[in-house]
Amino acid sequence: MTVIRPYGDTTGDGRVQLSFTLPVPFGDATQRARAEGAALQLAAKMGLDPAMVVHAKGMGPDFTYFIVYGRSSHLVDLSQVTVAEREFDLLPAAEVNLRIRSALGRKLVVLGACIGTDAHTVGIDAILNVKGHSGEKGLEYYREMRVVNLGAQVLVPELVSRARAEHADAVLVSQVVTQKDAHLSNARELSAAFRAAYTSGTDRAGPAGLAGLAGLAGTALAASSAVAAGTAVAASSAGDARPVLVVGGPRFDPGMAGDLGVDKVFGRGTTPGEVASYLVHALAPLPTGTGNGAGG
Amino acid sequence: MTQRLGLDPAVVGEARRLATEVGGPIVELARTHTTVSVERAVLRLAGLDGADSEGMPWVNLLTDAVRGSAGLEYGVALPVWDAMAAGGYPDLAALAQDAAAGKVAFRVPEGEAATAAARAADLAVGSGIAAIDARRAERDRMLADIGDPPKPWIYLIVATGDIYEDIPQAQAAAREGADIIAVIRSTGQSLLDYVPEGATREGYAGTYATRENFRLMRAALDDVSRELGRYVRLTNYASGLCMPEIATLAGLERLDMMLNDCMYGIIFRDINPVRTFIDQRFSRQVHARAGIVINTGEDNYLTTADAVDAAHTVVVSQLLNEYFGKEAGLADSQLGLGHAFEINPAVPDSFMLELAHAQLVRELFPDAPLKYMPPTKHMTGNVFAGYLLDAFFNLCGIMTDQSILLIGMMTEGIHTPFLSDRDLALENVRYVRQAAGRLGESFRPEPGGFIERRAVEVLGEAVALLGKISVDGLLTAIADGTFGITKRPADGGRGLDGVIKRADGYVNPAIEILERDGIAAGKDASR
Repeated sequence: MTVIRPYGDTTGDGRVQLSFTLPVPFGDATQRARAEGAALQLAAKMGLDPAMVVHAKGMGPDFTYFIVYGRSSHLVDLSQVTVAEREFDLLPAAEVNLRIRSALGRKLVVLGACIGTDAHTVGIDAILNVKGHSGEKGLEYYREMRVVNLGAQVLVPELVSRARAEHADAVLVSQVVTQKDAHLSNARELSAAFRAAYTSGTDRAGPAGLAGLAGLAGTALAASSAVAAGTAVAASSAGDARPVLVVGGPRFDPGMAGDLGVDKVFGRGTTPGEVASYLVHALAPLPTGTGNGAGG
Repeated sequence: MTQRLGLDPAVVGEARRLATEVGGPIVELARTHTTVSVERAVLRLAGLDGADSEGMPWVNLLTDAVRGSAGLEYGVALPVWDAMAAGGYPDLAALAQDAAAGKVAFRVPEGEAATAAARAADLAVGSGIAAIDARRAERDRMLADIGDPPKPWIYLIVATGDIYEDIPQAQAAAREGADIIAVIRSTGQSLLDYVPEGATREGYAGTYATRENFRLMRAALDDVSRELGRYVRLTNYASGLCMPEIATLAGLERLDMMLNDCMYGIIFRDINPVRTFIDQRFSRQVHARAGIVINTGEDNYLTTADAVDAAHTVVVSQLLNEYFGKEAGLADSQLGLGHAFEINPAVPDSFMLELAHAQLVRELFPDAPLKYMPPTKHMTGNVFAGYLLDAFFNLCGIMTDQSILLIGMMTEGIHTPFLSDRDLALENVRYVRQAAGRLGESFRPEPGGFIERRAVEVLGEAVALLGKISVDGLLTAIADGTFGITKRPADGGRGLDGVIKRADGYVNPAIEILERDGIAAGKDASR
């Protein structure tokens, strides 16, 4: 069956629940009747027919909260459901650590900085500090990562030499200031400098790292649990290949990694967990044949 | 306060003795060093406010100018008030403008000039401390006239980024039942080495802590306090690189509580440990004087570490916060030590473990207004299950006589709370309070039973960890990743360049006044 309805207690009954607040008073009897009428009108416009207000409560003088049950008149056509392809799976912290341990056999080294005149470290700190953001801990929280946060106004040549000294696997650069498209020119300067400095040409990220798919924010965990134990891939000694270059900031278009010459671009609302999952995807791939669902 | 657990007083005494042993060398470090932010706080107490056209505060510009010529080893007071006299400046702002323009050559005065400068500094800073005393007296009057709500106090958060949006939300929350309003700060403010100026309307996931924002919110809550007939308290964050200055501004604007933890900035924000401990001591001396209740951040450890395995690290940190707080002059009634309900609900007997931990903390610190934090780590998108977990949190808090309950939101981790989320959360706590408010009087854990055994076990682990830290030293323990799993070496992190070793003859009129008068006679700040 490809056409379905919501299920309450009987196939096809279409019953759903929802709750919402309307900016209407819930005082005297007239106001209450009007408020419930308003809630039912909204429910009808959302396709609930019939609908029933099972709970209404005034919140302060100006608002009313409703819980509504109703029968949805809409059908779901399963054949029309499309699933966005993601280049990498979002992994829980424990799995990120496990993947690094089994693929690299050492800590993954992440170097972070703000470059150019940008003094706004809010972005890089939100990704790197243990504190993190949006309920996710920053990369420092991951036991198998070693994080070096260089802070603000780091010069690109300095960043290159620190990357070599620290044997960085990945370099994360945050850009908040975008006057005269400084974030774009800075990102290009970054990629040119690293490509020139690591002339061996052995980029760590494969072609998958350049794909730069959009739509990263807020999706549910779709973790693949297919981690093969005990098949550690011997990692080449760090420092001989160009680190994975990642830039991020609120004004970046995640689709322009290729244009900027970096491996990955993260836009507004990126969480530390997404960055950690990407780094694992790019740097600590699963051994072949274990069926990575993300197709990375 | 009911003693419900058979804790061995000798073990409790040993824990406190070890905390003193661990904390002592850190206090000595704070007494022999200063920081740029401590010096800027001295200037703020002397009345220097405002910023240049770029928004950089005059206290930063003046402190930097002094550091660049005379150095800060003797403190900012002697060079500044010497220059005030030499240049015939009418006020600090005029001096700061000239200093920022490079027109002032500072020196460390000697002999009579030094005596005169110290006297002038003492007068100027003394008037700032008198202003803090007046705000404290004002709070005491309002508590008496308007009314002080009974505990547990209900603690709610607002954070829109725009102070003019925060104000109606805070007033609405107070009308809905909040006793304490906390304005969450903009992400990353703790890493700014200056305090922004003026009313602000843009922030990242929070609102900047500024003196003007403090003033606006306190005035709005005064209005709503009178309307409701109970004094609504205001909380902000004395943390990060400007901890001493923000503590000072909080005292001047009659904030009532401040988040102020001994290690939070070190662990979670990579702020240099030495900088943190020096800034912290000064900020706590100011809080003590201002009658402000500090809130500590032990709950945060449990968001990174496991709440069962790391329960004893919470107790260790609380004992250290208590030692550092009391050394700085805080009364027991000003120690809002933190802890949290963060055990994985899938763990068997998790509620009994929570009861054991909460009761242990209650009995270790019988006179402290403990701040109990709701579940966050194990709140999922299943808001219905989350609502149930929050009810158990409320029940645990009420059974174990916690003083401050931060109200859990069933949409924790999904979005900033909807109006309805907050309303439902308050309905939850009202129900539990009404249904089980006096359950504590009949709560008697079985002697030798599960709850008591667990409490004794956690206390024992805490003593063992303190013993280990007393051998290695606290800075080494922090460098080794003892707290919150992150390693923070004493020579790493932000803000170390703002730490200065004091010279013999260092003058800090604020510390002198605060230590000379003591705290305001240990008055009970929280009742």
